[in-house]
Amino acid sequence: MGGSASSVPPDLLGEYQELTFLTKQEILIAHKRFSELVPKEERDQILSARVPKDKVVTLPELRANPFQHRICRVFSTAEDGDDSLSFEDFLDMLSVFSDAATSEIKSHYAFRIFDFDDDGTLDRKDLENLVNCLTGDADGTRLSTSEMDQLIQNILEESDIDKDGTINLSEFQHVISRSPDFASSFKIVL
Amino acid sequence: MRKKGKCALEVIMENVGMEVDGQVQSDPESEEDEEEEETIQRPCSREAIKSSGQEKNQQTKEVDESEEEDEIFRRKRLTRKTNRRVKNSEEELERLKEQVEEKKKLISTMRNKPWRMAKKLTVLREAQAFVEKFEGALGKGKGKKFYAYKVMMAKKWVKFKRDFDNFKTQCIPWEMKIKEVESHFGSSVASYFIFLRWMYGVNLVLFGLIFGLVIIPEVLMGMPYGSMPRKTVPRAEQATAMDFSVLWDFEGYIKYSALFYGYYNNQRTIGWLKYRLPMAYFMVGISVFGYSLVVVIRTMARNANESTGDGDDNDFIFSWKMFTSWDYLIGNPETADNKFASITTSFKESIVDEQESNKDENIHLRRFLRVLANVLIICCLCGSGYLIYFVVKRSQTFSKMQNIGWYERNEVEIVMSLLGMFCPPLFETIAALENYHPRIGLKWQLGRIFALFLGNLYTFLLALMDDVNEKLTEEDVIKNITHWTLLNYYNSSAVNNSTFSPPPIDPADVPRGPCWETTVGIEFVRLTVSDILVTYITILVGDFLRACFVRFMNYCWCWDLEAGFPSYAEFDISGNVLGLIFNQGMIWMGSFYAPGLVGINVLRLLTSMYFQCWAVMSSNVPHERVFKASKSNNFYMGLLLLILFLSLLPVAYTIMSLPPSFDCGPFSGKKKMSDVIQETIELDFPAFVAKIFSYVANPGLIIPAILLMVLAIYYLNAVAEAYQHANAELKKKMQVQREEEKNKRNNKATTNLATQDLEDFLTPSAKSGGQSQPTADTKSDSTNKNSPGAKEGSMAKNSNAACPGRGATMVPPPHVTITQPPRQSIKASSPGQARSGTSPQGLRPGTRKGQPCN
Repeated sequence: MGGSASSVPPDLLGEYQELTFLTKQEILIAHKRFSELVPKEERDQILSARVPKDKVVTLPELRANPFQHRICRVFSTAEDGDDSLSFEDFLDMLSVFSDAATSEIKSHYAFRIFDFDDDGTLDRKDLENLVNCLTGDADGTRLSTSEMDQLIQNILEESDIDKDGTINLSEFQHVISRSPDFASSFKIVL
Repeated sequence: MRKKGKCALEVIMENVGMEVDGQVQSDPESEEDEEEEETIQRPCSREAIKSSGQEKNQQTKEVDESEEEDEIFRRKRLTRKTNRRVKNSEEELERLKEQVEEKKKLISTMRNKPWRMAKKLTVLREAQAFVEKFEGALGKGKGKKFYAYKVMMAKKWVKFKRDFDNFKTQCIPWEMKIKEVESHFGSSVASYFIFLRWMYGVNLVLFGLIFGLVIIPEVLMGMPYGSMPRKTVPRAEQATAMDFSVLWDFEGYIKYSALFYGYYNNQRTIGWLKYRLPMAYFMVGISVFGYSLVVVIRTMARNANESTGDGDDNDFIFSWKMFTSWDYLIGNPETADNKFASITTSFKESIVDEQESNKDENIHLRRFLRVLANVLIICCLCGSGYLIYFVVKRSQTFSKMQNIGWYERNEVEIVMSLLGMFCPPLFETIAALENYHPRIGLKWQLGRIFALFLGNLYTFLLALMDDVNEKLTEEDVIKNITHWTLLNYYNSSAVNNSTFSPPPIDPADVPRGPCWETTVGIEFVRLTVSDILVTYITILVGDFLRACFVRFMNYCWCWDLEAGFPSYAEFDISGNVLGLIFNQGMIWMGSFYAPGLVGINVLRLLTSMYFQCWAVMSSNVPHERVFKASKSNNFYMGLLLLILFLSLLPVAYTIMSLPPSFDCGPFSGKKKMSDVIQETIELDFPAFVAKIFSYVANPGLIIPAILLMVLAIYYLNAVAEAYQHANAELKKKMQVQREEEKNKRNNKATTNLATQDLEDFLTPSAKSGGQSQPTADTKSDSTNKNSPGAKEGSMAKNSNAACPGRGATMVPPPHVTITQPPRQSIKASSPGQARSGTSPQGLRPGTRKGQPCN
């Protein structure tokens, strides 16, 4: 650990290990990475510091992720809604994305990440947003409107079991739980 | 109430005693300050005594009797009270126990809760404090100390496990390196490196076995170099034995070193340990295979267990593409761009109707092309096989000639490496004729490369076998010569011992047999080394130089090199994995005749870990078609198992049926290599063991045993099939249920107003029936209530589009619906269904319970 950065107190470290899927090293690495994001003058109280979203998304692990803003939003505990992350939020995020996390909690958070308007269900608008995130911003990769409609139609047909036009959490988790490679790709490692 | 509660707790605490924890002691003290509680406190202590045992209670009673009367009276009343209290406290104890267990469970599963860290922290602290406070209270009577001890040990154990896990993760080598690759290229490329690491681990164990049990004992305790003919370089070769060119071909000193079979002595026991080296050699040779088999199969079984999701499920093609296709490990913008593109194409591909692609009128042309491609590839395979046979034959004539150049000596290895290098791209070009879907194409490609490598290896082996047979006949002649020479020598020295002074003949001068085992070992070592070199050179030239050229010449070139023709190399996962697997096959085959081969392989894997990591990070671009890692894992393991089996065959054949050389190796002088076992059993074990062994080895016993095994396999297979069948049945059932559910809902949306009212009337009951289930049901019900008026149009649209495809066939291909755009007109056909659909409304909560999503 760097000399300037205060380290995690041991009892808290133990609690973090108890509460996350991370090992001690991973927590310490996370702490180090997080303290690099915190401006110098706030380094003394890292555990209470918050890192604004603009800085979080510059992390190489999130840089290329199309869901970076959603991830920040979902894991942020900021009251004023600026999506800044505290160290504990950061740990929460890493825990969910870690190797050891169960696919249940992974799918729970995946649902919240995909739920762009935070209304608890994935409706057509959310799915559209999702497709746009997945296909990138380049012109060549965008889907046409008819293709988009068709795609969303198909997805709703498959997953929307109760036919209310939206996908809710349990439907989502049902679909995800059958997928062979969701857990292996829903991972972020520092 | 509060006081009572506290009092009961105190009882329990006093029961346990003060040694449990400090908090307990402090509690009564603080309460003694209050006047009121004084009175309650005393009964409490009585209770404690009472509950701790009947005898004690009586004792205290006796003591108390000496006190004043009213005191006695009060106490009598109190004892009655306490009796009731004890019962109460026991109940309380039970409840408390439950609570503590609950809290403990909560603590251990807290990480599974989707809560914020702050909430988790407070809850955890509360729960921990609770457990800390009351855990000690749960012990009873004599068991309390033991209980406290158990609790303490459990805590320590948890802590130790956590520390051990931390330690274990720290011990995994190259974790960071692989993660770095993973973040650049996604999980599929990383899976290759994980495979490489696994292979390294296996080889390390094999190396430890061979090195520790064979090489080290021979070097330390066996006869030293130069003491015997087999451990000495022959006189004729001694002049050049240390030249680099000779050493590079694994001749000279290397050939007569512990790296190869020929060096080992056939002495039964060596050194002061009486180490049975020939026996050890044989057992290690077997256990190398045994260990590898066990490890591969165990890994396969574990992989199979882990992949719980059934990948062939066609229900959620689109949803999976949508929800699980992004690889969150990707941290590199370039890779991300590729991923975007590949996801888009996969979306488009799946949207485009299969019928349209099948409309291709040139089906005959395509068939013809596919047949043509296969014929071409079979020609290639045969050609490469013949070429290798030819070359090995030629090398045998070369080996008899003197003064041959470098090329002639290494022709076999060069040809094999070149074939391995150029055939796969050739196959890929030919495969372009076939126009398969990329995934199927990859399977074909892998199968063909596999066939090529395997064919090459086996022709090589066949040719080698010819060579060995030749050597065996040659050996017979030399054997006689050697005997004759030795005899002559001693005779002559006996006749005129006045002129010849040295009685023992110099080991370098004794005529040698060809020692075919060492020859085979050398062939494998050379093959491995040349394979390593070719791989590294290919990486260096094909990847690194190409990348350099593309990057730096791009500034002054006519076209865009990076996007255009040469571009950067992709990391070829399947090719690399196959290369690794075949290399391992050669190691397995060769390790019996060249114990040092495993050491070379360990070095190779170690260097290629670093080298390939570097090459990938510096000069490769991610694959265009990004494959998922999880599914192909067991495919590669299956190939590995196949190779292991195929490499076991020739080794087993040589061990069981070929006579070992007469003057080299640990088994010299025996008729068969496997005679070592026989010998050990006869000489070192008591007679009855030998008898038992001879009975066991009797064909009369072995054949029934094999039969039994075959029957067992058959039975297990049948059971597995039955399970599979049952599984499929269940799946079908679930699908049917889902269809029903859907149909019901579809019909609901189009029913008339009367049934809608009825439905509105019924929903509360449905709600109460399904209340135990989470949000899904309540939500769906509420939407059902609301939907008919507002959403009718859209619902009908959705459901009717789904209806014909889903209802008609059991497993409807999702594209069917695409060709029939959602039309309102289908509505007309539904009323008939609608009436039948609405009638079993009351059953809905029941059916929903069987719904797969809960």
